[in-house]
Amino acid sequence: MPETGAPTRVLDPIARLQRRRHALYGWMLLAPALTLLTLFAFLPTAATFWASLHSRGTARRPSVFNGLENYLDLIHDPNFWTVVGNNLLYAGVTIPLSIALALVMALWADARLPLRGFVRGAYFTPTILPMIAAANLWLFFYTPGLGVIDSFTGLFGLPPVNWLGQPQTALWAIIVVTVWKEAGFFMIFYLAALQTIPPDLKEAAQVEGAGRFTYLRRVLLPLLMPTTAFIFINALINSVKLIDHLFILTKGGPDNATKLVLYWIWEMAFSYFDPARATALTVLVLLVLGGVAVFQFTIVEKRIHYR
Amino acid sequence: MNALSTTGDFVRLHGVTRLFEGGGGVDDLSLAIPRGGFTVLLGPSGCGKSTTLRLIAGLETPDRGRVEIDGRDVTALPPSARGLSIVFQSYALFPHLTVAENIVFGLRVRHVPRAERDRKLKDALALTGLEGLDARKPAHLSGGQRQRVALARAIVADHPLCLMDEPLSNLDAKLRHSVRQEIRALQRRLGMTVVYVTHDQTEAMGMADHIILMRQGRIEQQGTPAALYQAPASAFAASFIGSPPMTLIPAELAGVPEPPQGHARARLMAGVRAEALRLQPAGTGWLEATVVASEFLGAETFVYLQIEGGPQLIARVPGRIDPAPGTAHSLSWAEHATHWFDRDSGRSICAGAGPRTNAESQPAPQTAAPPAA
Repeated sequence: MPETGAPTRVLDPIARLQRRRHALYGWMLLAPALTLLTLFAFLPTAATFWASLHSRGTARRPSVFNGLENYLDLIHDPNFWTVVGNNLLYAGVTIPLSIALALVMALWADARLPLRGFVRGAYFTPTILPMIAAANLWLFFYTPGLGVIDSFTGLFGLPPVNWLGQPQTALWAIIVVTVWKEAGFFMIFYLAALQTIPPDLKEAAQVEGAGRFTYLRRVLLPLLMPTTAFIFINALINSVKLIDHLFILTKGGPDNATKLVLYWIWEMAFSYFDPARATALTVLVLLVLGGVAVFQFTIVEKRIHYR
Repeated sequence: MNALSTTGDFVRLHGVTRLFEGGGGVDDLSLAIPRGGFTVLLGPSGCGKSTTLRLIAGLETPDRGRVEIDGRDVTALPPSARGLSIVFQSYALFPHLTVAENIVFGLRVRHVPRAERDRKLKDALALTGLEGLDARKPAHLSGGQRQRVALARAIVADHPLCLMDEPLSNLDAKLRHSVRQEIRALQRRLGMTVVYVTHDQTEAMGMADHIILMRQGRIEQQGTPAALYQAPASAFAASFIGSPPMTLIPAELAGVPEPPQGHARARLMAGVRAEALRLQPAGTGWLEATVVASEFLGAETFVYLQIEGGPQLIARVPGRIDPAPGTAHSLSWAEHATHWFDRDSGRSICAGAGPRTNAESQPAPQTAAPPAA
């Protein structure tokens, strides 16, 4: 069909067919992932958001649309702020601490030392253990009076401490378990990244007069930035996601001292059967994580050197 | 820059040994590298030339022996205290830093004031023709440009000694040729002492003031390129240097000229350079041979020949000839162009090229006399 105005490209029928075929292939390749993501990610997210805008339904009073009331309700709940505060502290300590520890362990395990395989294996062991098993292990460490920690401190005449039982120490005890669990896992990524850095660079820096610390700061850390960014995102997600040990160690107590956001969501949804507030809180968590992801991909990525 | 006026040895190794568990390394090596010259460590892979360079650099510590730079015993000093720079085979550029940051990396580490740093950077960029590329990252440079950045980083600190470990092996053939001349010109201009490692004999011949030919962790022969070419001290040196390599013919083959007095034919090899071979009609020369193939290279032709009962060899004939494969020819050469080697030890019996060469079978420190442009 001839057109006036803007010139259009006239395609040969063979070319047109070829293009259509390409488009078809594209959709075919996309289909499996698209189906699965829709089924298990997009639809549930949309359903959660929809549910968060409805009131809690009971047998007598069915659920009705109530707009942002669930959200307001949450914000006015003092527990909400306790839980958010707990989670911020938990993330704020576990993320930098586990990353720093992972880097130190990786540098150590990458060096030429006897029993290198053993060192690496030892660092990695916590990662292999299921979190539930690890939590049981730590429960034994923390047992007041009888546990490993108190037995040790008892040697110096210190009184037994109920690490998990008092609000001042409980969250810190949880943080220690998490760092112990995560650092070994992150170390593996650093170790892999360190092995891709050619030894020439170290020699070149050495010849230029750079000491160990300068080499670390000016060469190694910048080259490890992509790994650090990857680990950071993982650690951030885990700081929200990883709550298995709470079930064994504290169940959020004492006095909500160790209650983290996801644990609270689980509690609201499956202990108190309050899907309205649970979904609202879920949506808030998704918003925050989404915001962090956007920040990561727009601002942080640009400052990282990728090879 | 004033290194030009002084002469003498700049680097000395005394009985240096560094052996590796998997084999290789150097064994009881002593050598002297002249000041202000361009010295090439040449040899096949695994001959210890890179180890020697790393020992000079301080990246390896000798098991035994001393390393001396500029009259100072540096055996116990770290690389940064030895006053040298290195161009690595891989260039070892820091991928996250720009060209400028790469070049001044060492100056920053050593807290050189900013103004001086900028001035030196500008000089180095100009010398290596990298102006305008200073803000790029290595990933956005061509191979040749990366090579120049490595070179700029090596010269920016004004160290009197520059070590280069096969710096051209990652470049394509054409670029290699031009960069060779650039490096040589830069070395002359700055009066640096350069120690250059390569396995490529054409590179060594084209660049060196002084070649140290190594084999199995020891020095096989050293001297000027001309000395090594015209008076190879061993069959190994003869066959390693020159392209095509020297032809080695068992001396008992009929027609080979009379060996030096007091030597049995059966214990000798006769060596002849490809360009010394003359192709003659069958029956008129010393050795009968059959043409296998020929390669026309423009100014000359390589003719591949099979000697009856002997090895295959290459004759280098000026201009263009087109011998059909299978045709019989006869070979001859000037009698004084024969090099004699002991068949068992491989050592030279006497330099055959006679009085025309300034033969140096024993090393004498070469001093460069670069003509100032």
